[in-house]
Amino acid sequence: MTQISSDDVVKLATMSSLQLADDEIAQLGTDITNIFGYIEQLNELDTEGVGPTYQVNHLSNVWREDDVAESLTGDTLVSLAADAVDQQIKVPKVL
Amino acid sequence: MTTIADYLNTSAVDNVRRALQAAAEYESYHSLLSLTEDRALARATEIDQNPVKGRLAGVPFVVKDNYLAFGAPTTAASKILEHFETPLQATAVEKLEAEGAICIGKANLDAFAHGGSTENSAFGPTLNAHDQTRVAGGSSGGSAVVTALDIVPFALGSDTGGSIRQPASFNGVYGIKPTYGMVSRFGVVAMASGTDSMGCFASTPEDVELVMNIMAGKDEKDMTTLPDYFAPTEIEKPLKVGIITELMTDDVDAEVRAVVKEYADTLRDYGHQVDTIELPIIKYSLAMYYIIVPAEITSNLGRYDGIRYGKRSEKATTLQTLYGLSRDEGFMSENKRRILIGSYVLSSGYFDAYYQKAQRARTLLIRDFERMFSEYDVLISPVAPTPAFKLGANTDDPVKMYLEDAMTVPASLAGLPAISVPAGMSSDGLPIGVQLIGSARSDALLLALAKQTKRRNA
Repeated sequence: MTQISSDDVVKLATMSSLQLADDEIAQLGTDITNIFGYIEQLNELDTEGVGPTYQVNHLSNVWREDDVAESLTGDTLVSLAADAVDQQIKVPKVL
Repeated sequence: MTTIADYLNTSAVDNVRRALQAAAEYESYHSLLSLTEDRALARATEIDQNPVKGRLAGVPFVVKDNYLAFGAPTTAASKILEHFETPLQATAVEKLEAEGAICIGKANLDAFAHGGSTENSAFGPTLNAHDQTRVAGGSSGGSAVVTALDIVPFALGSDTGGSIRQPASFNGVYGIKPTYGMVSRFGVVAMASGTDSMGCFASTPEDVELVMNIMAGKDEKDMTTLPDYFAPTEIEKPLKVGIITELMTDDVDAEVRAVVKEYADTLRDYGHQVDTIELPIIKYSLAMYYIIVPAEITSNLGRYDGIRYGKRSEKATTLQTLYGLSRDEGFMSENKRRILIGSYVLSSGYFDAYYQKAQRARTLLIRDFERMFSEYDVLISPVAPTPAFKLGANTDDPVKMYLEDAMTVPASLAGLPAISVPAGMSSDGLPIGVQLIGSARSDALLLALAKQTKRRNA
């Protein structure tokens, strides 16, 4: 059975851009281990030679005309950000 | 209980005021996160002054707070979107407004619709309409409760794995998860795009039918929508109905099973043939669901970066900590669990063993449903293993909470329509629903059956 250690949780959190508080990590490890304990029963099922279904109503390549239409303005979108100056979103230093 | 017809040909302002007054009266249930009072009254005044011919002219309704709608923030019951004012509205809301309906408020949910009790809301749980010590169900718990309390005649919800059907059952109202693609998902906060389905709650199947008829149809803004096929109908000949044996085991509460059997007897009284059928693969549905859906959740929640919109952590000093802290502060524990599971099942080395495996198993589930629907018109089962449980009963055990979804996720994974029909009460006075599942695009048939049996139940 898959065991999710605290180190695994930290690694997954890094992949997911989640900076977890220390006291959350152990509990998440236990919870996720238990959840995998449940979902691994899927291994009982023989799926050899069966294709996956990613899209249930079998649509593909849905096109529309490339017409110019009204949309939200740049001002509106930038106004949603927590910090912005002159139509540009401000963020902390990258380095 | 009132129906949509009770709100037509009356003053829209009076309708809205009555709904707002009821919302205030029932505040202790915590079914609503916000009211859109100013906008609702302005729209009502306009409708009274210039009567519109819409099928819902002046009818108040509520949306689950993951639908983008003007007049109040769209929070998805999360801290990260607590103050998010939308610049656009969901297609479903636009279609209802075009018929004259008036949104009066936004209903509570499990944050980002992750949960089956509405206890994962960042703003506190909603209480069951029939017993305040019990959960409303979820994730669309608030929408079910506002309908059951008769604050409004109908409310919108979203159903990814049972989030309309289970709270409908727990509160004694009708709820529908349509065929995947029948109603546009545009403008609804995404959970798992491959199974997210937009539907509604109402106190009669006729009202569900009317609302769905308005919301159905192709939307250029959601490329997974189907052309409008929904056409209200009536039952004209006896149907073949199957009770799903695997969902009627001893693990299911005896009173819940009894209600399903009684409903089967009612169907027989109407001349329908009811058999017990076997669908063994169904017991693996929940395992498939809790791989596929977290994978989609982790992708969809990637957009909450604290930069473009939503809450930004004030503690962050660098770009990397801004992402990490904004997300940590903005998401609930259940959101984080699902994000981490999703990242795990999608990561290199595990993708085939989990994600691909689940999607292959899903193909087998779909094939078995198709085989069953070549012989049967409708399948029935309980909606949930028990009536509404006590607040806090499952909060420490995620697997136990997930098991609440075991009966509703099969139809979600297969994209099939399914409805919850109020069919009985437990000895404790709690409502119990029956689930009707149909083949793809048979939504109207399920509602026709609900209309037929309602006459008997009423």
